[in-house]
Amino acid sequence: MIEVQNLTKAFGAVRAVEDVSFTVRKGEILGFLGPNGAGKTTTMRILTGFLPATSGTARIAGFDVAEQSLDVRRRIGYLPETPPLYPDMSVATYLDFVARIKGVPAADRSRRVDAALAMANINDKRAELIKHLSRGYRQRVGLAQALVHNPDVIILDEPTVGLDPKQIIEVRHLIKSLAGNHTIILSTHILPEVSMTCDRVVIINKGRIAAVDTPGNLTAQLRGAERVRLEVRLPQNRSESALRNLLTGLAGVHRVEIQSLDSAGRFTAQVESDAGRDLRSQLAARIVAHGFELLELRGLALSLEEIFLQLTTDESAAAEEGKKA
Amino acid sequence: MRGLLAIYRKEMGHYFVSPIAYVVTGVFLVLMGYFFYSFVVIFMERALEASMQSMRFGRAPEIDVPGMVIRSFFGLFGTIILFIAPMLTMGAYTEEKKRGTMELLLTSPLRDAEIVLGKFFATLSLFAIMLLPTALYQVVLFISSEPRPPWRLILAGYLGVLLLGGVLIALGGFISSLTENQIVAGILTFGAFLLLWVIDLGARGSTTAFGEILQYLSIIQHYDDFTRGVIDTASLIFYASMIVFGLFLTHRSVDAMRWRRA
Repeated sequence: MIEVQNLTKAFGAVRAVEDVSFTVRKGEILGFLGPNGAGKTTTMRILTGFLPATSGTARIAGFDVAEQSLDVRRRIGYLPETPPLYPDMSVATYLDFVARIKGVPAADRSRRVDAALAMANINDKRAELIKHLSRGYRQRVGLAQALVHNPDVIILDEPTVGLDPKQIIEVRHLIKSLAGNHTIILSTHILPEVSMTCDRVVIINKGRIAAVDTPGNLTAQLRGAERVRLEVRLPQNRSESALRNLLTGLAGVHRVEIQSLDSAGRFTAQVESDAGRDLRSQLAARIVAHGFELLELRGLALSLEEIFLQLTTDESAAAEEGKKA
Repeated sequence: MRGLLAIYRKEMGHYFVSPIAYVVTGVFLVLMGYFFYSFVVIFMERALEASMQSMRFGRAPEIDVPGMVIRSFFGLFGTIILFIAPMLTMGAYTEEKKRGTMELLLTSPLRDAEIVLGKFFATLSLFAIMLLPTALYQVVLFISSEPRPPWRLILAGYLGVLLLGGVLIALGGFISSLTENQIVAGILTFGAFLLLWVIDLGARGSTTAFGEILQYLSIIQHYDDFTRGVIDTASLIFYASMIVFGLFLTHRSVDAMRWRRA
C-alpha cells in the first residue's frame, strides 16, 4: 500500500531524512518510532504531499506522492503534529468542511461526519466551538478529521499527545480497530504505544532507519543477553560481597548488579548471562544451598524502551566516531 | 469546483462568525455616511452661492449638485479602500499558516487554484456586501434630485469600486501568503497599495516611455474614468489583468509553500 524508497530530504545542508526505505502492507499498522527531530514528521509530510522529497520516491496505493499528488491526497487522512483546527467553527461544522474539501459526496457527508464523531468519541461536543475545547478534545477532533472521508491510508503524527491516560487507551483501541480496512502509519516517541498498537515498527534516528521489524522480533533480536532479577535476604553473618561472589561464580554469568533494599539484609540482584542460556534453576539451587533466602526470581526480557535507547545511543556513538575519523 | 465552494463557504463563515466583518463594515459605513452627508451639504451651499451670484450678475447657474456629490463620493471611495482592503486581506493566509490549517488545505485533494480563488471570491463578496448599504445613499440622492442624476454615473462608479477592490484584494492576498505575521502582512499591503496610488506622481505629464508606463500602472488614474461615468475598455482590461496577475502570484506562492516549509 505504501512503498518508500531511498527517500532523502535536505533542508539546506541538514539532512532531515536520509535514504529511508520501507513498505507498509494493506491493513497494517506501522509505528514510526524515534526521538524528537529524528525525521518522523518530515517523512510523514513527504508522504502527504506537503513537502517534496529531495530524492527518492514514495508511492501510496500505487500513486507517486510527488507526481500524482492529488490522487494520493484523495486517499489519505492526515493528523499533523498540531491538529489543524479552525477555532471559530463548531466541531460538526469543521468536520463537514473537511469532508467537503476531501471530496466526500454530498449524500454521504452527514453520515460520514456522524461516523467520525462517533469514532473519536466526541459526539457530545459536536455543537461546541473548537476554541472552547480542552487540549484532549482538540486532539480527538483532529483525529476525527483524519477519518471523516474514510481514507484508505491514515497518517497520524503523534496521535496520543495531550490526551489523558484513559483517552490514550481509547485512541489506541480506535487505531487498532481501524486496521484491516485502513493502512495506518503513526509516529510516536512513546514506546509502549508501539508495542501495543503496531504490527511493525520502524525505528528512526537522525533521519536514518535504525531498525524495521515486529515489536516481538525486535525484542528477541536485540536480546543479546539473558537477564534474571533476584531478590534475596542475607543471613546476619553474610555480607553483600559473599552474595556477589556466589553469583559471579556460576558459569556463564558475565555481569552482576547488586543493590541493597533495606537494613534487614534484603538485596536485589540483576544477573546477566550469555544469550540462550537459562540459568534460573541453577541460580535458585545455588542461592538456597548457600543459606540465603530467595524471595523472588524472574527472567527479564529487554523492553522496547531499552532497545530504543540502545539503538539510539549506538547510532549517536557511531556518528561521533565518524566525526572523529 | 467543489473545493472552491467549500473554501468560499468557510471563509465567509469565518468573516461573519468573527467580529472582522462587522467591525470593518461598521467603521466603513460610519465614515462613508459622514462623507456623503458632508458632500451634500458642501455642494448645496456652493450651488446656493452660485445661484445668488447669478441673480446679481445674471448668469445661469451651471452646478450639477447630484453629479458632483456622486463623483466626489466615488473619488473618496478610492482612498478609503486603500485603508480597508489591507484589513480584509492581511489574515487570508497568515492565519492559516499560524494555526497550522494550511497543512490541512495543502494535504487535501484541493487544487491550489481552488484555495486561491475560493479565498479571493470570499473577500470580494465581503467587500461587495460592505458596499451594499451605500447604495441607499444613492437611492436617496436619486429620489430627491430634479432632474434625476444619470444611472450610468452611479453604476460606473460601483463597477470601478468593485474592480479596484478586486485588484487590491488579489494583491493583498498575495502579500498575505508571503508571511506568517498578520501585522507584517497588513503593513506591507498598505505600503504596496500606497505606492501603486502615487506611482505616477513623479511622471505626471511626462512623455517618456518610462513615464507613460508609470502613468499606466497608477491604479487611481484608471479609477478616475469610472468616477466620471466613463467605462473605458482599457481600464477594464487593466483592472482585469491586475487581478489575474495578483491571483497568479498568490497561486505560485501557495505552490511554493510546500517547498519552503521546514
